[in-house]
Amino acid sequence: MAEAALKTDPVAAILEGREVLATGWSAAARSDALARLQASGLPERRDEYWKFTRPDTLTQAQAPQAAVMADDEAPLFDEMDRLQIVFVDGVFDAEASDDLALEGISIERLATANSDLHWARDVYGVLEKRGQDPVSRPLAALNTATATDGILIHVTGKPSKPVNLIYNHKSDSSDATLHHCIKLDAGAELTVLENGPAAARLNKVMEVEIADGASFNHIRAQGRNHERRAATHLFARLGTESEFKSFTLTMNGVLTRNEAVIELTGDDAKAHIAGACVGDGDFHHDDTVFITHDAVNCESRQVFKKVLRNGAIGVFQGKILVKAGAQKTDGYQISQSLLLDGDSQFLAKPELEIYADDVACSHGSTSGAIDEDALFYLRSRGVPHADATDMLTLSFLAEAVEEIEANDLREEILDRLTGWLGRRRG
Amino acid sequence: MDNVIVKENDNVKEGVDQETVDAVREVGGKYKYGWATDIEMDYAPKGLSPDIVRLISEKNDEPQWMTDWRLEAYDRWLTKTEPTWAMVDYPEIDFQDQYYYARPKSMAVKPKSLDEVDPKLLETYKKLGIPLKEQAILAGVEGAEEMSDAPRKVAVDAVFDSVSVGTTFQDELKKAGVIFCSISEAIKDHPELVKKYLGTVVPVSDNYYATLNSAVFSDGSFVYVPPGVRCPMELSTYFRINAENTGQFERTLIIADKGSYVSYLEGCTAPQRDESQLHAAVVEIIIEEDAEVKYSTVQNWYPGDEDGKGGIYNFVTKRADCRGDRAKVMWTQVETGSAVTWKYPSCILRGDDSQGEFYSIAIANNMQQADTGTKMVHLGKRTKSRIVSKGISAGKAQNTYRGLVSMHPKAKESRNYTQCDSLLIGDKCGAHTVPYIEVKNNSSRVEHEATTSKVDDDQLFYCRSRGMDEEEAVALVVNGFCKDVLQALPMEFAMEAQALVAISLEGSVG
Repeated sequence: MAEAALKTDPVAAILEGREVLATGWSAAARSDALARLQASGLPERRDEYWKFTRPDTLTQAQAPQAAVMADDEAPLFDEMDRLQIVFVDGVFDAEASDDLALEGISIERLATANSDLHWARDVYGVLEKRGQDPVSRPLAALNTATATDGILIHVTGKPSKPVNLIYNHKSDSSDATLHHCIKLDAGAELTVLENGPAAARLNKVMEVEIADGASFNHIRAQGRNHERRAATHLFARLGTESEFKSFTLTMNGVLTRNEAVIELTGDDAKAHIAGACVGDGDFHHDDTVFITHDAVNCESRQVFKKVLRNGAIGVFQGKILVKAGAQKTDGYQISQSLLLDGDSQFLAKPELEIYADDVACSHGSTSGAIDEDALFYLRSRGVPHADATDMLTLSFLAEAVEEIEANDLREEILDRLTGWLGRRRG
Repeated sequence: MDNVIVKENDNVKEGVDQETVDAVREVGGKYKYGWATDIEMDYAPKGLSPDIVRLISEKNDEPQWMTDWRLEAYDRWLTKTEPTWAMVDYPEIDFQDQYYYARPKSMAVKPKSLDEVDPKLLETYKKLGIPLKEQAILAGVEGAEEMSDAPRKVAVDAVFDSVSVGTTFQDELKKAGVIFCSISEAIKDHPELVKKYLGTVVPVSDNYYATLNSAVFSDGSFVYVPPGVRCPMELSTYFRINAENTGQFERTLIIADKGSYVSYLEGCTAPQRDESQLHAAVVEIIIEEDAEVKYSTVQNWYPGDEDGKGGIYNFVTKRADCRGDRAKVMWTQVETGSAVTWKYPSCILRGDDSQGEFYSIAIANNMQQADTGTKMVHLGKRTKSRIVSKGISAGKAQNTYRGLVSMHPKAKESRNYTQCDSLLIGDKCGAHTVPYIEVKNNSSRVEHEATTSKVDDDQLFYCRSRGMDEEEAVALVVNGFCKDVLQALPMEFAMEAQALVAISLEGSVG
């Protein structure tokens, strides 16, 4: 009887064939995470936090197949001087990767970091656990418990070049679970670039601990593959006067759920998070953001733009929580979608929860079609209809892309969006 | 480019207008209606069971189909669980420790006219400023007469605990074809209308409290406005809870037939008691083709004392169904009372070109908790909705706006405009917003596109160009805007609401 019940239990089913390491420095964090997962269960359709996105293909035991797509575009960030770390279907590729050595940082792989006095012990699963309250994030707990590999970066200085995590996809049925930990010491700086479709199904967690005065910059492009699925979690904790910036570009992918859980715990800290996504056809993209202000005079900014066509669905769930005492908070949030046809959908829940009185928090959310007046203006100046539509679409997305400070990175992302639009011209 | 806009500012600067702070304190500090009427009552036995449901039905002298309807609701209620998603926190309610029916003894035989009503009851309503005589205007509204050419009339249905005490101006309304009576009378006198419409907007099993209400509702108001009739006067219901440990479960049903118009006002108060009391109402509005309904509420139930002792738990389901094309509904609410408020007056915009509006000012002070907002469900083509919500929190209060705007795939070329502003006074209170936005077509637009993002800018620019600094200009624009909400109320209520609110929102926009 008990055995039969166990078999139908989705948690038991997804754990089958996965290992929860019982030895090494991460063992305690893993078993703790397993307990959290077993307590919360996996996300279900009826969960309020999954109201707009069906979790079943992310939680079923077997990853749904995703055909590998030949990408005719040159790989992103190709021209840049960067330290490359390559994963193929979630497995580290030593040959394709650079030497894991760079001045100002130490880099190790999760799978091979054996030291019992490991610094990552204070990060691994720690920020994820903090992020489980007040809303449980079972897929992140599953990740902490069963992650097979990932990168551990300890930043002590200001490295000369960014770290580029490249996720290649070569197997139709790969199911990758990656967990990265990044710790920035006081005053340190790091830029992390991520790109590639990763796997048929990817469950990825990145935990970022940012000490006082440190600065973390993150640019991510979730690769072009029509059938891939991804559930990612980005947990960050910010110290005094530290900075966190993250931008995500998403093109294609049948299902993407990107959660970001950011905690401002030191005064005068700044967190900016932005995303641009373009979806065509069978495409479901969910940005779920939870920002907690727990210190004085912090700034947070969320800018999310989505362009949707042919039945694509865009979801935005964003929350700003201002705890009592977090005075002088400046919180801003905008989520917008451009629906290029009548079949696409935008579902949003922009939330504010505020317990301090001397704050300025605002959010806006809009959804609609291309502005006819703007289109008419461009047409009256002799711009062909298709060009005018592309121009307006690109300018709509640019507002999110402009959150990227570095010129070269910003241009590269805009090029990708122009490419996407170009491929959809008949 | 925009068809759904949600814009908010949760913001208080240093130096929030002292007048505002004082006014908010005043609203919470002195509850004017906290006295009780000493009157002999008949109670149904405490607790809830099929027998109690039958007893209520019997007391109201109801036909069998109504009793069956209630019993079915009771059975469904047993299978439901109390909702917990709202941002409110209160001790568990013991539904068996309540009286579900309380009637003044003198009402055992229904008085034939207002002259026969127990003077104690008449006195009660007089003291509340709602004298039950057929007068031209409500008392206490000085100068109202000069404001309009013809004397304004307001017909009142007065509900005292579980029964309707009387309804004024019934004869005059009858001449116009309007039916305005208590729902218990309507069940007896107009069963065909009640049968046709009751439970069609808020189904019996809609939610926990609506199901409970369906089983035990004791009285409330019924309005039917026939086709093409413009109701000759404002209609009003005044709810008074008096008895201790008694829940009030009123049911209101308003039907505006094709091309008709009615404006309906609702007011409520309760005595100051240490024990919390339950109030679970259901309001259903049906609006046919080309008809229009304005529904205004000044909710001033006893809010409890400064430590959160006592007060009314206000769990209300209000919904309007714009069934016909070009139907129009406007909800206006000023929420100042109740210990806990759980209330989402909603609009189903089913008919093409139908319109829904929601204007709300919610003030929560001391230990009050308010979770309120609206749902705009756009089903018909070219439907329009507008949401303007102002939440003010003070003391240790929690004030939440919760709303839904849903544009269905077939609701082509529809529009919505939403704005909710929150103001916090003090660092112990909270202000929250939980809007849901679901857009499933791309042809929906905002009619005044410029207003969603630019009207404010234009107004600001105008003020700036006249030499005001930005702060002043913002204050002026916001102040004017808040007054617009108040002016959406019918005049009699606007007076009361202004006295209650008397608050400027200066300093609330950054």
